[in-house]
This record gives sequence, C-alpha cells and structure tokens, in this order.
Amino acid sequence: MSGVEPMFPSPSSGAHVNAVHDPFHGDLLEVSMGPHHPSTHGVFRMMVTLDGETIVKLKPVFGYLHRNHEKLGENTSYLGSMPYTDRLDYLNSMTNNWAYALAVEKLAGQPVPERAEYLRVILAELTRLLNHVCLAGFLLQDTGASGTPLMYAFREREKILDLFESLSGSRMMCNYQRFGGCRVDASPEWLAGAQTITNNFGRFLDEYEELITGNEIMMARTQGVGALTPELAISAGITGPMLRATGVNYDLRKVDAYGVYSRFDFRVPLGDHGDTYDRYMIRILEMRESIKILQQALPALPAGPIMDPKAKIRGFRPKAGEAYGRIEGPKGEIGFYLISDGSPNPYRYRVRPPSLVNLTVLEDMCLGQTIADAVIILGSVDIVLGEVDR
Amino acid sequence: MLGSGLLQGLKVTAKNLVGSFHDPERLTTLEYPEQKAKLPENYRNFPFLVSENATDPMGTLRCVGCQICEKECPPQCIYIEKSKDKKPDATGKMQVYPVVFDIDTSVCMSCQICVEVCPFEAIKMDQVFEIATKDRFTALLLDRNQLAKPNSYYHEIHPTEAAEVDARLLAERKAAEEKAKAAATPKPAVAPTPSPTATAPKPPEAPAAGGTPAP
Amino acid sequence: MIGATSFSPLLLAAGAGADSFLERLPLVIRDTVAGVFPAPLQWLVGSTLSIVAIVAIFGGIFAGLTLVERKMLGRIQNRPGPNRTGPMGLLQPIADGIKALTKEDIVPRSADHLLHYLAPVALLAFSILTFAVIPFGRNLVPLELDAAVLYFFAAGAASELAIFMAGWASRNKFSLLAAMRALAQLISYELPLLLSFVPIIMLAGTLSMTGIIDAQAGWQLGFIPRWYIFTPWGFAAFVIFLIAALAESNRSPFDLPEAESELIAGHLTEYSGFKYALFFMAEYFGMIALSGMAITLFLGGWRAPLPFLEFIPSYAWFGAKLLVLLLFFIWIRGTFPRLRIDQLTRLAWKFLVPLALVNLGTAAFWSLTSGWSGALQLVRWALTIAMVIGPFVLLGRGLSGTHRPRTYRYA
Repeated sequence: MSGVEPMFPSPSSGAHVNAVHDPFHGDLLEVSMGPHHPSTHGVFRMMVTLDGETIVKLKPVFGYLHRNHEKLGENTSYLGSMPYTDRLDYLNSMTNNWAYALAVEKLAGQPVPERAEYLRVILAELTRLLNHVCLAGFLLQDTGASGTPLMYAFREREKILDLFESLSGSRMMCNYQRFGGCRVDASPEWLAGAQTITNNFGRFLDEYEELITGNEIMMARTQGVGALTPELAISAGITGPMLRATGVNYDLRKVDAYGVYSRFDFRVPLGDHGDTYDRYMIRILEMRESIKILQQALPALPAGPIMDPKAKIRGFRPKAGEAYGRIEGPKGEIGFYLISDGSPNPYRYRVRPPSLVNLTVLEDMCLGQTIADAVIILGSVDIVLGEVDR
Repeated sequence: MLGSGLLQGLKVTAKNLVGSFHDPERLTTLEYPEQKAKLPENYRNFPFLVSENATDPMGTLRCVGCQICEKECPPQCIYIEKSKDKKPDATGKMQVYPVVFDIDTSVCMSCQICVEVCPFEAIKMDQVFEIATKDRFTALLLDRNQLAKPNSYYHEIHPTEAAEVDARLLAERKAAEEKAKAAATPKPAVAPTPSPTATAPKPPEAPAAGGTPAP
Repeated sequence: MIGATSFSPLLLAAGAGADSFLERLPLVIRDTVAGVFPAPLQWLVGSTLSIVAIVAIFGGIFAGLTLVERKMLGRIQNRPGPNRTGPMGLLQPIADGIKALTKEDIVPRSADHLLHYLAPVALLAFSILTFAVIPFGRNLVPLELDAAVLYFFAAGAASELAIFMAGWASRNKFSLLAAMRALAQLISYELPLLLSFVPIIMLAGTLSMTGIIDAQAGWQLGFIPRWYIFTPWGFAAFVIFLIAALAESNRSPFDLPEAESELIAGHLTEYSGFKYALFFMAEYFGMIALSGMAITLFLGGWRAPLPFLEFIPSYAWFGAKLLVLLLFFIWIRGTFPRLRIDQLTRLAWKFLVPLALVNLGTAAFWSLTSGWSGALQLVRWALTIAMVIGPFVLLGRGLSGTHRPRTYRYA
C-alpha cells in the first residue's frame, strides 16, 4: 500500500492505556464494536482498545434505545405504566409486571389473594426458565456454535411463550399482573399444559447439557474467562445469577421471601470462580431448581379469586407516600421505586434495572482478555438493551 | 479423555438430525402462509369497537364517547370527539355517540387497558395480525368505520369472554329497567368490572400537575 | 524407502483392459471430442475439456453443497431449512447465484482497489489449482505429477495469502484482525497437516497420488481394504489430517477469520455481491479439495470398500466418499462452538504437531514389523495402538489443563 497516511491512527485517549513504548511493539487498535455488531445483543456499543487481540481498555456506550421510560411512568397513570414494564426487559415481562405490581401494592397497601400469589410464582418461574434457556442459547451462539444450541433453546422457549400467549393474550408483552391480583384466571387446561412443560423441561436440559456442557471447546472458551471477584461484585451492586456465580449467597426469593416463596423447597446454587462458565452453569442449575418450584406450586394452586375485590382499576389513587418493590428477576434484582403525591400519576417513578447494574463491571471483567472473550463475557452478563437504556 | 465431550455433542446433533424426520417434537416449525397456528382464545392484537348490529354498525355502537379509554391509553393512540346531540342506541335509549373515534395502530401496543377501563363493554381486543400495508400513515390510522365490528364477530374470536359480557349486559339492562320502573330518573348502565360504583359519564378525573397531555 | 518406487504408469495404460465401459466413459468422451481437432491441438483441447469438466462439476457440487449444508444444518437445528425456491428448495442455489450477481458491488472508498479486486480472484484461482492433481477415478487424474502431494499443499497454502490480501485491502479493522488470524492459523496448521501424511509417503514410497492409491490396493482377510485408515497409525493420522483440514479450510470450529460473533464477517466484511460469492465458492472448493486429498491419502482414493462392489465405476466411489466427508464437516459445523485464536494455535503446536511426530515413529515401527506374523501380528497391533493412544491421552491431559466439568455447591 502506498502509505500516505497511517492506516489506523493510535487511539486518541492513549493516556488511560499502559502503552508500551517499545519500537517493536506497534500501535494499539481502537475498534468500535457495535451498535450494529452482530453479537452485542441489541444496540450496545463497546469501544475496545486492542493490543493485538488483547483488550487494554473497554468503554461501554449505551443509550441508543433510550425511550424515556421513567418520565413516561411519571406522566401516565399507575395502570398505564404496566404495559411499559413489559418492554423493559422484553424477555421477562411477567417478572417485570410482578415487581411493578408489588411496588404499587406496597404503596397502596393492597392485599393480593392467595391464588394470584401462586400464579405469580408459577409465571415467574416459567419466566426464569425461558430467560435462562435463552441466555444459554445466546451465549453458545456467541461462542460460535452456529445456532444449534440457540435453536434447541428457542424450541423450548416457544412452548413457554405459547403458555403465556394462551393465558395473557400475548407472547412477550404479557401485561398480566394487576394491583391486587392478576388479570386472567388460569384454566385447568392451561395448568395441565404448564405441568406437561414442567415435566418435560428437565429432559430437555439433560440433552442440552449433553450437547454442550461437557464440550471441551466450550470449557476452554469459558472457564477462567471474565472472572469476577465477590468483593467487586458486591461493591458494584451486582445481583442475580452473576452474583451467585461468584459465590455470594444472595437470592431475594430467600432473603425477602416475597409472595409465597417461603412455602417452597428449593436451593440456591453457588459458583466458586465467578467466571463465564460458572455464570452459565449457575443458570442451568437454577433452571433445575425452578422446575422443582413449579412441581410444588402447580399442584398446590389454591382455588379462589385472582383479584382482590376491593382493588380499583379506574380512578386508582394511592395515598401520598413512597414504596420500593423488588423481586428476584431472572437477571437479578428488578425493583421499582415509587413516590405518590396522591394524584393518579406517580410523582417519581424509578426502575432499578438488573441489566444495567450488572453491565457496569464489564470493563473489569474484559481487561486482559481477548476480543473473542469480550463477546462471550457480554453474553454471560445477560443484558437486554430495552432494560439497560430504558 | 479429551474429545469425549465433543463426541457426546455430535451424538446429540445426530439424534436431532434423524429425529427431525420422524419426531414432530424435533421439527416444530409451521410453514406459515400455508399452515397457520391456531390462535389461543385469549390472543389479543389491536382493539375494535363493538356494534350490536352488523347491518347498521354506526347506529348501534356500544361506545358512548365517554373518553375514558382515550385518557387511560398509555401511548395515547386513541382520539375521540363526542357528539353534541344524542341518538338512540341499540336498546333505543338516547345516548351521546362518538363522532370521531380514531385509533392509530402504528402507535397502539395492544395492551388492552382500553378494554379494561371501558364501562360499556364497547371496545374489545381483536385478533388481526396480518396488517402489513404499504402506506404507513393513513392505512394504519383506523377510523370508527374501520374499527366497528359486530358483536357476532366478537363471539367468534373470544367465545367465552363474549358470552360472559353478553350475560352481564343483559343483567345490567334488566336491573336498569327495574330501577327505572322504581325511580323515575333512569340511570346509565352500571360498570361491570371490579368497581361497581364508577359510573360512566362521570367527569374525567382531573389530571394532576403533569397529567396526561391531550394528543 | 520401502519397495521399488512405483511411478504410476501412463494414464490410459493402467489396467485399461479390465475397465468397464462406464469406467472408461469420461476418457472416451474426452478423446472423441479431442479427436475431431487436428493432432497438434489435441493436447490443448483435451486439457481444456478437463478444466471445463472440473470447473463445471465442482461448481455444481458447490452449488448443491450450499443447499445440502443449509438443509442439513436446518435439520440438525430442528427446522426444515430452505424450502421456498422450487420443489423442496432445490432451486435455492440458483436464486442465491442470481442474488449475488445482481447485488451492488460495494468497494470502500479508502480500500486498496486493486488488491480488493484481486483477492477473491486469487483465492478462487488457487483453490481451483488444487484440483489438478486429485485422482477422481481410476484413470481420471487431470495432471499426473511425481510430486503431486507437494504441489497440492503449495497451491492450497497460497489461498491464505489471498485471505490476507482481502483483509488488508479492505481497510477495515475487523478485516485486518481477521487477516492476522488467518495467517496465524495458516502457519500453525500447515505443519500438522503436512506431518500427518508424511508416514504415508514414507510407507508408500512415493509423492505421486496415483502411487499412493496403488499402495492401498488389495484386501486384508479377503474383505477389509488395505486403506491406511485401517491401521492404527493411519487412523491417528487421518484424525490429525481432518482437524488440520478443517482449520485450513476455515471451517467451524476453526472459522476464526470470519468469526461472525466477534469480527462481523472477518475478511469478508467489506465484500458484497459476486466477490462475496467468489469467497464463498473458494472456501467450499478448498474444503472439497482437502476432502479429496483425505480420500486419496487415507481412504484408498477411488477404490471400492468391498471386493464385490468393484463393478461400480471408480469415480462414483470417489464421489460417495467425498459426500460422506463433506456431510461430516457440516455435522461438525452444526455442533461445535468456535475456538479462540490462542487456543487454536495451542492445539496445533502443543497437541497436533507432537502427535503427528510421534505418529511418524509409530508408522516407522509398523513398517519395520511388517514381516511379523501369527501371534507377533497381534503384538504388532497392540503395540501400535498403545503408541497411538498413549501420547493422545498424555498430550490431551496437558492440553485440557485445568478445564474440566465442575461441581457446584448449594446454599
């Protein structure tokens, strides 16, 4: 090449980088991965500074999907925000709905009937299954498995989505929970379908694990990659499977015991290394625990109303005050903080998004790893840009 | 031994490859335009206006233009202008009616909150989804003529729900008639769902500071 | 050297009398057409016909293979694969071709236009060159070279140069990274690839393809063919060769240069339209050529697997073996995740190269003990198998290091 100009100028922000002043070392390469990169899970951008293929600096850039969610929540009624919570983390609308409903119920002192509580647990655990199975698929897709694990994962996810569709009317935008209960009652046929899926899910997991968990390439790609220390995880506010993969025993289902979770027998799997493989395996093990919860909850579903008879749909005005409702979403602690001034709209509406908080340690996990690792580390964080950018 | 995990993986994919030829569990795709999935009864996509009579949809709309759905609609995709005059509705009662009832389906997110807040069972969720069009402005802005669909259609797509609604409406009408006999001043129909006290033409809840802006 | 160096006889001379009509048909057609022309031009016409036949047949195989690959990957992934174009999607390759031809050819403004243009052409040219020496049938060797094996790998190695050209000329950071990876991969895997079949050259005593196939003639116990894959060292060499061939042809799980999830499309990022199609074609040609090489070296070339099946023409056997290998490649692609570049090179240098070197010794032992018989024959097999499995286990343990399935605790 004619060499009229340097082909790749050095990164402008070289000050942050421990550049090696060695004539034989060569320049650093700044690569912009995203926002239209195939594996940034949406419109996420990583400004990566590379020394060869090793990452020396990573700057996450996001906000491309910002939709003013919180301000919208302050300008619509309490009920009007419910369908918007579907669109935060669009894989887990059921748990988002529940967290929001929980916050409003706390604010208004609204009781929830027993049957609705059980339904919420059932739907939340089904959501956990579908989120984790999606993550397992996407993570393997990021490691380059040409779609096979992803397709198997989606095959199973589709069955759960069909359940959601026949109950709530929509596959992903469920808009199902209400303040004081649930919107539609589950029919016996629906419950039978949920039972069948629960019974078969373990078999699918066995096959999936046989396909990939023992795979030497998979282990070489993920073990020791993107390790996170428990101290950093705690100080950064990481929650969910990512925190438990570092060995910290913190699961809101046990800590808060919200809903009726205290009635079920399940365990919390913990990792020891905090690396990508642990994050993957913790999710696989959590799915097995979710199956256990579903096996207990489905037969125990009590009869009764699904909606508190005193709950109001129109003209809902909680008295002035504030409340924070949080649950253990599949991605971590999903919380809603509300301040009411007695009007039909919340005065302040704030979301604690697990995806965003978990994403904050991305650079710490990626430094010193290669560019190929950055992709799977990002995949193992399990983000949904709808929730990160809000 | 090195490679055993790889061989196991190959075994699983081989099982799926063979299984896709004989096991419907392993080939779950539907060939969409030819084969269509059966929509569940609860499936919802886009609202429509219920009219009692298919031959005269505009004359028999259940909607009385109370504008509650317009106010409650989270993405503000409903626009209503109510009439100054009153016309007899399907039951013969004099009612206000919507002169303009537009739904911008490019904005609508099918959340069904309009359905839940409607005290008159006048707006229900449709099940259409093949609505692609080349014109994204006028073709997606549906007016009341396009939105009005007869009650029989409602029975077709949501049979159990429609039956419940009809029974409830009938009971309310009977109760209202008896009440009308008892008292001279007739009252409008009573809301069906959880808040039995909320009456329809009640003036809209005055929005607080920063309340819902008009579209 | 073992035995007399058997330089293969002239093309038509080899057992022509025993051949059936179908066996001779391709040559008969060639000679008939060439016979029409005056004698000084006959060699030219004959060669041109061979070239046209190769490009046409392997072009067709490429087109079919893209469809087969998509169908098979689809089936592996529980979906039907392309089935909209024509009956069962059979016209899909044609549709793909039309699409590639009519698409806009975008060249980045800052790219090196000449290299950007030349890269796909060079890549395709090199990959077609490799077909020249592969024996497709008993009498179907386009070019009979004494050092055919060396020629094949020389031409094959040049294709990575074209990939580097593409990556560099695109002036795209992802392409450049891909080009670097491609070079690293080439240098790493050329060695195990070559070392894996050195034992065969040692035992066959020739670098000629025809000679190697001749060395695999005959039957053990009356029905097991004397292919090299049916010896312990030959099997080990075959596995090494397959792994290295996957890497050389940039196939999953070694498709690092075009690692989609990391480098978007690697060296292909800035290519569109027909140039992209050329890259695609070259990749498949490379895969087909390496499979043909594996068949020649390890699977007895065009020879029938069982004595009573010899009446089927030799080129049909070659085609059948080729299909099996290609399907195996697709199967692997549908199953494995991708390696990382450092793991890829580690696999080559710390595992495949030592294993291939040890295998060289194993093959030498096998050759030295060829006179053993009776109970000694069993000892010979046992020793060779131990010499194959022992290093594999030991080196494998070193390679996997601390990577192993973990057990988890519960709170």
